[in-house]
Amino acid sequence: MTAWLAFVGRNTLAILRYAGGVSRLGKDAAYWTLVAPTRGKGLRVRATLHQMVLIGVNAIPIVSLIALFVGLILAFQSAYELRKYGGTVFVVNLVAVAMTRQLGPLMTAVIVAGRSASSFAAELGTMKVNEELDALETLGLNRVKFLVVPKYLALLLMMPCLTLLADFMGIVGGSVFTTTELGMPLNYYWSRALDALLLKDILSGLIKSVVFGIIITEVGCHEGFSVQGGAEGVGQATTSSVVTSITLIIAADVFFSGLFYFIW
Amino acid sequence: MDERDPIIRVEGLTTHYGSRRILNNINLEIRPRETMVLLGSSGTGKSTLLRHILALEKPTHGHIYIKGMDVCHCPDEQMNELRRHMGVLFQSGALFGSMSLGDNVALPLRELTRLDESTIQVLIRLKLDLVGLSGFERHYPYQISGGMQQRCGLARALAIEPRVLLMDEPFGAVDPILRDRLQNEFLRLQAQVRKTIVFVTHDVDEAIKMADRIAILQRGGVLAQYDTPSAILAAPASEFVAHFVGADRGLKRLSLARVRDLPLIHPTTARVGEARAELRRRIDEAGADFALLLDEADRPLGWIGRRDLTGDGVVAGGDATPGSPTLQPETTLRDALSAMLGSSVQLGVVVDEAERVLGAISVDAISEVLRAPAGGSS
Repeated sequence: MTAWLAFVGRNTLAILRYAGGVSRLGKDAAYWTLVAPTRGKGLRVRATLHQMVLIGVNAIPIVSLIALFVGLILAFQSAYELRKYGGTVFVVNLVAVAMTRQLGPLMTAVIVAGRSASSFAAELGTMKVNEELDALETLGLNRVKFLVVPKYLALLLMMPCLTLLADFMGIVGGSVFTTTELGMPLNYYWSRALDALLLKDILSGLIKSVVFGIIITEVGCHEGFSVQGGAEGVGQATTSSVVTSITLIIAADVFFSGLFYFIW
Repeated sequence: MDERDPIIRVEGLTTHYGSRRILNNINLEIRPRETMVLLGSSGTGKSTLLRHILALEKPTHGHIYIKGMDVCHCPDEQMNELRRHMGVLFQSGALFGSMSLGDNVALPLRELTRLDESTIQVLIRLKLDLVGLSGFERHYPYQISGGMQQRCGLARALAIEPRVLLMDEPFGAVDPILRDRLQNEFLRLQAQVRKTIVFVTHDVDEAIKMADRIAILQRGGVLAQYDTPSAILAAPASEFVAHFVGADRGLKRLSLARVRDLPLIHPTTARVGEARAELRRRIDEAGADFALLLDEADRPLGWIGRRDLTGDGVVAGGDATPGSPTLQPETTLRDALSAMLGSSVQLGVVVDEAERVLGAISVDAISEVLRAPAGGSS
């Protein structure tokens, strides 16, 4: 019993420490991104643009492909059930709303977490192992401003863009099924999809995408800064960054889905 | 502030990691423009002390004053300001892998100064040239060797003209030949720039070669002795220090003196083409057994023994027996003795940069240095 309590206590403390570390990093990143520039401390624009290319532009092919497939799968599955009731025409509504409110932002976040959270953890972890973080600090440069803020800003800007792309490609995926299998004309599909969508469907997805972007940056960077030991530590941090960020993204999705369901 | 006032003062510094004591009541002072070496085996707290000086870690107790400011208890903003006057060279060089060597050197200049880009480009070339890396501005760290990375790290550390340079085992990861070369380059640079330097090493010979003063740390983070190299070698403060610096500490003292510190002997010299009879007469007159044969540019060809100078005719280049080591004035007496003991003639020929003969030194003269009492402690 004592051992079990000790186990629970140790893990609770570890989770609280982790949450504290991520929160502190989030606070610092928010300060250097949003507050410091208003006090004459500039942003690293070139580094941010570089990160936008790495995080956003380079992710366009994979986000497009996955969203296309997800839209197609969604159409298959919904048609399977709806045809029992003669309601295959509602496949369009289901695909459009599900992609914009839920699957577009979620799938984008999962892909970006897999690509970028791991990349942040590996990059910063390697820098820690190679004493580059210490070198930065000894030059009097703030590691959050220098390394985290460009990533943070890039994700804040690119996540909504990638989510919009995923929304669009998912609906395109649905159209592949409805036009070929159900014989629905393409222009009818699109006009019905647009009719089904409300602005709040798209906005709720975009709001979630920003939150997911914050989670990915903070978890990836925190894992990188927390690396202990050498190459093995970097490997562990990389794995942990993906697992933790996806878990937190889904938890946040549950929260926001409930919130938007009840209040919006 | 007086030139002799300490620039860094460590007072009662104690650090624990959990229940393990890393540093135990360390007190020391570092004066401006001196090279202070932190010496000790692994796990004695050398690097921890360096990290405390840089405020990368806080001690459990104690204070470190840099120019009067307590770095253990000052706000980050002030510490960052102070760090801008400190250059740091890490064991691995710690270059930023995503930046070229030029950008690595430029980073502190771009981030911490208001210099325009053309001035920064000039400074990059100057600093890389200073460490022998001119032409490597566009190379990336992965494209150069570990020794070159070290030198680039040094160029970056020197970029903003820091008053204090802190070096954590900077030559620990390179082979002995390169290490010796880097040490010599470092000494040459230090003679030019005269910075206050804190240098961490576990190599006794390196410490003796580089230091004005050495702080020896023993297990448990205890400061075993803090003094000049000559004082430590002549009068170790404890059994531990005597054991640590080695039974050959008498010989190690020879690393502290250089050939230029000894009076030179001027042996009888001869030139190719000189009459053998005339040379015999001059050797006899000097009461010597040998003459040093020189070429037309005064470079040594070797020694000619009196007994070998038989018959008439003139001295030829082939008459000389080569093998006597040539020494530069900067050669340490330890290296000189090692070279001379390996040769048939126990005299070392001292030459200048153009290889012209300046004189010679003998093994006896070096023995005199060993017998002389050591210099006083500071």
